[in-house]
Amino acid sequence: MKKIQKYIRSILLELAVYTALVVVYFFAVLHFLGEWLKHLFDGNKLVYAIVALLLIIGQGVGLEMITTKLLRAVRSRSE
Amino acid sequence: MDFLISGEHINPVWLVLVGFLVGVMGGFFGVGGSFLAGPALFAFGVPMNFVVGTDLAHIVGKSIVATKKHRALGNVDMKLASIMVIPTIMGAELGAQLIQYLKRVAHVDFVVGIGFIVVLVSITVFMAWESWKTLQMHRASDDKQKAAGRAPKKLKAGKDDSAFSHFTKRIQRMKIHPMVSLPTAGIAAISVWVIVVIAFIGGFFSGFLGGGAGYIRMPAMVYLLGVPTHVAVGTDLFEIMISASYGTFTHALKGNVDILLALVMHTGAAIGAQIGAIGTEFFHGARIRLAFVPLPLIGAGIIVYGLVTGHHH
Repeated sequence: MKKIQKYIRSILLELAVYTALVVVYFFAVLHFLGEWLKHLFDGNKLVYAIVALLLIIGQGVGLEMITTKLLRAVRSRSE
Repeated sequence: MDFLISGEHINPVWLVLVGFLVGVMGGFFGVGGSFLAGPALFAFGVPMNFVVGTDLAHIVGKSIVATKKHRALGNVDMKLASIMVIPTIMGAELGAQLIQYLKRVAHVDFVVGIGFIVVLVSITVFMAWESWKTLQMHRASDDKQKAAGRAPKKLKAGKDDSAFSHFTKRIQRMKIHPMVSLPTAGIAAISVWVIVVIAFIGGFFSGFLGGGAGYIRMPAMVYLLGVPTHVAVGTDLFEIMISASYGTFTHALKGNVDILLALVMHTGAAIGAQIGAIGTEFFHGARIRLAFVPLPLIGAGIIVYGLVTGHHH
């Protein structure tokens, strides 16, 4: 039971920090991608398909590293 | 926020929340979460061809995170996953081609919507029946233990069994060569053809309905191949990562992917997947499957709502 309580507490803390990071990412990066991606989509589907796949893989790997480090930092703090 | 490629205006907070929910489910149940993400995008007003392609794209990012987590926990059977890759991709291409055909004859929303509902309801009914039977089996065994004056055996997190195992054993006994052993999944011998057929069907639904089709592949690995639930979850996620990458590429070429929508949804999914994967450490296989039961029904409900009210257009 104690293990689950500790787990929930560390997750809530991780969520709070992660939300702040995501808000910054939204306004700094994603907000400006829209028009460029639309231009690619209309102009060249092959380039768009490659860019789309690279973007989502890049974001997947990047956010995985951030969330893992965040979870580790939060857990070591709460232990 | 305006999503110029699909031409929709959607509040990004909703997208992140949906992403978070499907991320938790993906990490916990080993499914891409398209049974919720797809219907949710449809309900936000996104046309069905974009729903299918965009959902696949967001799943690529998410499954990388969840697969890495499950691999670290020893839940990925790489031999099984590598046998499944080619037939999965072939199935995904066939599904994507069928979407293209339906786009041309203009019935895509209706046919894909009905297909979704039939598949989701069937899975719900079957999994509810099986996991309930398994838990009943445990209760009966506990009663016997009590009657004999012994303490009942507890359901252990990380352990697994199934009331459907007699059927699984019959499949494992089929001697259609070539046969293969899967030590990580604890299977002494099984026909490669059974694995190929399951992978192809999973791939087809992935290309046709979007997502990784884990809602088909994960139960099929457990009930037909006899893979323990925890290994099925991890291996399915690996498979989803490969098939969704291919699906994203082929659907993007066909103009069915709004990658910005996928990137926004994925920011929520990334953290959700971490939380879900850790959650599997606390539960027994039959309980994980029973908890999965109502989820496809929610997706089916959202699709019915969209089709009946025409809210999506």
